Amino acid sequence: MRLTLAEFTAGVIVVALNAYVLFGGADFGGGVWDLLASGPRRDKQRARISSAISPIWEANHVWLIVVVVMLFVCFPPAFAAFGTILHIPLSLMLIGIVLRGSAFVFRSYSYGPRSQQRRWGQVFAVSSLITPVVLGMCVGAVVSGGVGAALSGINAGTAGVLPVASDPGQRATSSVTFASLYVRPWLSPFTLAVGAMTLALVSFLAATYLTIEAEGDRELQDDFRSRALGAAAAAAVTATIALVLGASRGGVMARLVGAGWTLPVLAGSAIAAVGSGVALLKRRYQLARVAAGAWVTLILWGWVLAQFPLIIPPNLTIDDAAAPPRTLVETMAVLVGGALVLVPSLWYLLHVFKSRSAERRRP
Amino acid sequence: MPDLLAARSQMAVSLGFHIVFAVIGIGLPALMVIAEWRWMRTGDAVYLELAKRWSKGAAILFAVGAVSGTVLSFELGLLWPSFMRFAGPIVGMPFSLEGFAFFTEAIFLGIYLYAWDRVSRAAHLFAGIVVALSGVLSGIFVVIANAWMNTPAGFEVVGGKAIDVRPLAAMANAAAFSQTLHMTLAAYAATGLTVAGIHAIILLRGSTSAFHRRALGLALALGAPAAILQPLSGDVSARNVAKFQPAKLAALEAHFETQRGAPLHIGGWPDVDRRETRWAIRIPRGLSLLAFHDADAEVTGLDAIPRDEWPPVAIVHVAFQIMIALGIAMALVSLWALWRWWRGGSSDAVADDRLLLRALAVVTPMGFLAIEAGWTVTEVGRQPWIVYGILRTSDAVTPMPGLVVPFLVFTLLYLLLGVIVVYMLRQQIVRAPSD
Repeated sequence: MRLTLAEFTAGVIVVALNAYVLFGGADFGGGVWDLLASGPRRDKQRARISSAISPIWEANHVWLIVVVVMLFVCFPPAFAAFGTILHIPLSLMLIGIVLRGSAFVFRSYSYGPRSQQRRWGQVFAVSSLITPVVLGMCVGAVVSGGVGAALSGINAGTAGVLPVASDPGQRATSSVTFASLYVRPWLSPFTLAVGAMTLALVSFLAATYLTIEAEGDRELQDDFRSRALGAAAAAAVTATIALVLGASRGGVMARLVGAGWTLPVLAGSAIAAVGSGVALLKRRYQLARVAAGAWVTLILWGWVLAQFPLIIPPNLTIDDAAAPPRTLVETMAVLVGGALVLVPSLWYLLHVFKSRSAERRRP
Repeated sequence: MPDLLAARSQMAVSLGFHIVFAVIGIGLPALMVIAEWRWMRTGDAVYLELAKRWSKGAAILFAVGAVSGTVLSFELGLLWPSFMRFAGPIVGMPFSLEGFAFFTEAIFLGIYLYAWDRVSRAAHLFAGIVVALSGVLSGIFVVIANAWMNTPAGFEVVGGKAIDVRPLAAMANAAAFSQTLHMTLAAYAATGLTVAGIHAIILLRGSTSAFHRRALGLALALGAPAAILQPLSGDVSARNVAKFQPAKLAALEAHFETQRGAPLHIGGWPDVDRRETRWAIRIPRGLSLLAFHDADAEVTGLDAIPRDEWPPVAIVHVAFQIMIALGIAMALVSLWALWRWWRGGSSDAVADDRLLLRALAVVTPMGFLAIEAGWTVTEVGRQPWIVYGILRTSDAVTPMPGLVVPFLVFTLLYLLLGVIVVYMLRQQIVRAPSD
């Protein structure tokens, strides 16, 4: 199979999204475990979560910016469509992002009384919960074809704005309401299931990573281990629900379960899921981390492959939504140049804070 | 509230909020690096304390700047989908580059803040320098994108669609140099003089702590030269606007009638209906001289611009006057401070001059007020266009109704954050170590 330049570019965006989910997603998951911290080691849990996130969360957050910027540079009609139809959930997600980030630094740098720090902690934790759910719901809205359908429903006066030309036959204005354009596409049992799955997955990632952060404190490690196992179970259940709900409505999700070529992806994600669970049970935490990352990655790519070559199902293809080739080529050139700076820098960051030798050097 | 006005207001609030954090995110890392470098050179622990304080301030402000910047990148699509559809492929390049600069900044800020005892001193200082440089670069890239909206380049329009898109040519647009120069100097001037002003106020209240005296000196060293250079870069900007955005120049000078040897209006109120500017001080030929460096040059007035392409003249003119007045005041006080410093042989001469400290105290908020006024000039002055001469703002707004709701929600959110940040910074930076 030969990819077009646009399809290759879209693949690069998915890689960035993948990095955001694996790194940034885990930071949100950390907030979830801050919210759910309990038991005799409650304060220790929170302290370890905070020290794990502090130095890296801003760098992790930037993956989202990369995704957004590349989307509007390389696929502007798709970005315009997401911004229009998903205005409400994206706004909610932004509020979550703003409150999460600010509350986290406010807590870290607060000299105030403990009660004040705790209040920031609560804001941090609750907003960490909102963002992954809404992000998942937005993805669900695209996958389900809800965004694509709403686009055809936008009336003629604004048809130029949006990528999918409205079909005169469909333009029965009586059936087009605010809710049908701006609410229903992203609010359905399926999108809620995808949102719940996203929340469970980022919580699972976070708890799994935290088992390694807690090295040297067996009890704390076990706290995170049991949380990781619980989240993995929740993720498996919600993923199954999303799969069943989605496939029953046809479209992309039906292709995911129906087409033979997706079998390796589905099987791979099942193996990774079981593998991460077994590794956690056996306290093989490094292995669990790899398997956890693989599971989430395979879910993401399963969606992407099932949806290929569409960017907004059911009609808009990646090629149709792409910017002129020159923009794509120059953006890729920037990306390569940027990577030359970024990759060593990121490696250095993780080396300083996450490597074992760094732990030994820690005073 | 009409949807277009709500969308514009939300964008204005978001930008007006973010710009403060972006500017401090450029200025404060420079201060912290200078302080750390002074500490390495002199071994004076006060400088180390300053570097740590300022880095904590940078951490808080960077985080709020990062999240409010994220909001902006989404808002481009949430509020102006048609603009992004048109402009994304053309002007996305500086945004991509900004993404990388911002990434680098975030990485090395993490190292700077949390690796004081994990990396060598030199590596730590290097991390700070990378933060300071990538902060400047981020700002430059974003301002280049804004400059493109003012002087679009790098494409042709055929039948309402952009063709022959050349992203690099779009970056090299006519206003890019003058706007980035003006904004970068503004960031250093505003941050430096605001920090200097805060410590001047504390010294005026009777503190004798070396902490505040050193802080004052370092902040002046950054802010004062920038504030003195700023009027020169303003001249570069004004001449660029005169050449490429005649409607904006006419509005910001409240200049209604096209003429040779045009007078300069200082202050005054433009009466749009009667097409005249009242109560202004008129300097004959002043505008021609300033805008084209030629007292007899012809300056396009608003009469040459179709009425439906006028920006809101009064807002733009008044904002421009405010920016100029504040900029001049900042430059004069900076000259005074540097003169005292030079005469006295050290920054202590400044700290001992109570009259000068009072002047610095008065200047404290001016840089940020001038920045807000300046952004009002460039953004409102471009109206009714979102891309000057190409795409109208009213054609770019999202079709979603009820935009007053997100406008109010984000305004409240930012108000809340603003109050909290000020409170946090008071806790973090201002207290002397002994307090």
